[in-house]
Amino acid sequence: MLEQVAFAVAALLLLSSGLKVVTSKNLVHTVLWLGCMLAATAVLFVLLQAPFLAAIQLILYTGGLLTLMLFGVMLTQRDEGFVTIPNPSQRRVAGGVLAVVAFAVVANAVHNTPSLPNVRSAQLPTAQVGQLFFTQYALAFEVLAVLLLAATLGAIVLSRRADAGVASETPGADVPARRALPDPTAPTTERKEA
Amino acid sequence: MDLSAYLLLSAALFSLGLFGVLTRRNAVSVLASIELMANAANLNLAAFARFRGEATGQVFALFSTAITVAEVVVGLSLVILLYRSRGNVLLENASELKG
Repeated sequence: MLEQVAFAVAALLLLSSGLKVVTSKNLVHTVLWLGCMLAATAVLFVLLQAPFLAAIQLILYTGGLLTLMLFGVMLTQRDEGFVTIPNPSQRRVAGGVLAVVAFAVVANAVHNTPSLPNVRSAQLPTAQVGQLFFTQYALAFEVLAVLLLAATLGAIVLSRRADAGVASETPGADVPARRALPDPTAPTTERKEA
Repeated sequence: MDLSAYLLLSAALFSLGLFGVLTRRNAVSVLASIELMANAANLNLAAFARFRGEATGQVFALFSTAITVAEVVVGLSLVILLYRSRGNVLLENASELKG
């Protein structure tokens, strides 16, 4: 009984905040509703007896990613008052129809699949998850580490300010090719505004 | 709650994300909508792990969480780059590769 109530509350929160994410006009509100949605997902993970997943969700998404997105919004929207332009209604209708169709297809598939395993099992210990990480999926785990390193380096390279003189003056111009890294002992050259 | 409740919930969440990706014009909003879709997938993985009694689904959900975070990190730096070269992050302005 308690589980049903918790599921209903979390599901309602998830869907309503998801709806706000895709409809809110204010970009900061969008990101904050995204945080609400991610927290509701963490609640559902707890209900699914995946406490480790819930903790990772809260730390990594709601803690890290949300902060990052807020930084992204604040760094790129300062002149426009944090407001996105309203959507053209025609695309909105088309997108809505397509989304409803996608939901109908999946819901139909769920409804018509008889062999869904609905058995309740004993609780999954988190230690088992950890064990799988370092035995059966050890290689994938290492590859993931390399991927994260690549993403970090990629983010650094992409968001480095382009060297002085070329960047950001002319909208529509190609992004200038990166020059060699500046001397780290003289970081002020990098700060120069284009 | 049984498995199909979770599957339907995540299908609804995925559809919301799809709607957002198709209709939002701001690059950051599109990234947020992609987050919705990735979360729906994670929810499915965790639900299957729970109802099949296997930890593998949780392992996969953790992998996909990490990959999604990496994707958003790179995506946001692309957004910042877009802002530097255009002065805004509206996606219809970034159409050089359009045929």
